[in-house]
Amino acid sequence: MARKKGRMSQEVNAGSMADIAFLLLIFFLVTTTIASDKGILNILPPKQDPNVPPPEIPLNERNIFNILVNANDQLLVEGEYLENTEKLSDDVKAFILNFGAPDEEAQALFNSLPQSLKAQANRDSKSSDHPMSGGAVVSIKTNRGTSYEKYLEVLDQVKRAYFEIYAERVGITADQYRALTGKTAAEKELQDRGKEGIPMAISIAEPDKIGGN
Amino acid sequence: MSKFKKKNKVSENIPTSALPDIIFMLLFFFMVTTVLRENEMLVEQKIPQATQLQKLEKKTLISYLYVGKPKNTALYGTEPRIQANDVLINTSDIILWVNQEKDKLSEAERDMITISLKADREVKMGPISDIQFELREVDARRVLYASVGKVQN
Repeated sequence: MARKKGRMSQEVNAGSMADIAFLLLIFFLVTTTIASDKGILNILPPKQDPNVPPPEIPLNERNIFNILVNANDQLLVEGEYLENTEKLSDDVKAFILNFGAPDEEAQALFNSLPQSLKAQANRDSKSSDHPMSGGAVVSIKTNRGTSYEKYLEVLDQVKRAYFEIYAERVGITADQYRALTGKTAAEKELQDRGKEGIPMAISIAEPDKIGGN
Repeated sequence: MSKFKKKNKVSENIPTSALPDIIFMLLFFFMVTTVLRENEMLVEQKIPQATQLQKLEKKTLISYLYVGKPKNTALYGTEPRIQANDVLINTSDIILWVNQEKDKLSEAERDMITISLKADREVKMGPISDIQFELREVDARRVLYASVGKVQN
């Protein structure tokens, strides 16, 4: 039981611990990037058999919303020159929600829409027949020389029109609708209810050879 | 002057003994949430902006293709190139690459593979459509155009 005399304090000096941890923290802050897997999802059409000609789907001209982007990044929407894409999503929205010549099913769809969307739905017989499958198709055509940024901007606006319709249908904001993951049953139900009967019909045409390589 | 003298002065030291713990907690948070970049970028990457972003849930299903002007223009030229993993590939190699990526996934998930296309904003649509054509050939039809958020006005 020999007791040491003059024993030093046994506590480790932890004062500089914070500094060390700070250094590590700053290292990780600087060297790492938060991986963001965000973007615009697009489902490509299935591949074509070269021996089988592409199926001819008869579609009336009024049911196609044509967006052309040329090699100078200029827009031609439904035959009209457009300065920028600001108003594009409103035009697309009006086109999708048009019930020009609804059949019985489309009429039922119209009746199921909430009041706010019904108010936006027109009955212009020169525009699309109905928003259901085969009724309204948005076609985006580019040149090979069109910049990717412009293409994405246009696709972004078209997607926005669809998401706004879906969200309004279930009574949430477009941001909330896009954040739905479909993980839980309730979210899935909401997601399906939003797009039921209004498929996202975006056709991306093969770009033609102008202005590219 | 004695009027202003404070009586029973409180200790002014802030206890800092818990500071390391707080900092460590922050440190662990950042260590867990961040991913170290696995491969060096050989092409320029200025991701375009968009507003209608969607987030993908299953990260294991995502494979990345980087498209842009090569950084080393002396070696690879100035035309946009495709980078997969850490090498530059040609358009014709995409089929092989996608099949390799598909092999990494389980059988049930193979059809759900998503290609995240990280393309530079200065790339033209020509190369992009060539890539999409190859992806259609190999039946990897879910494409995510990677983009960063834009502030909406």
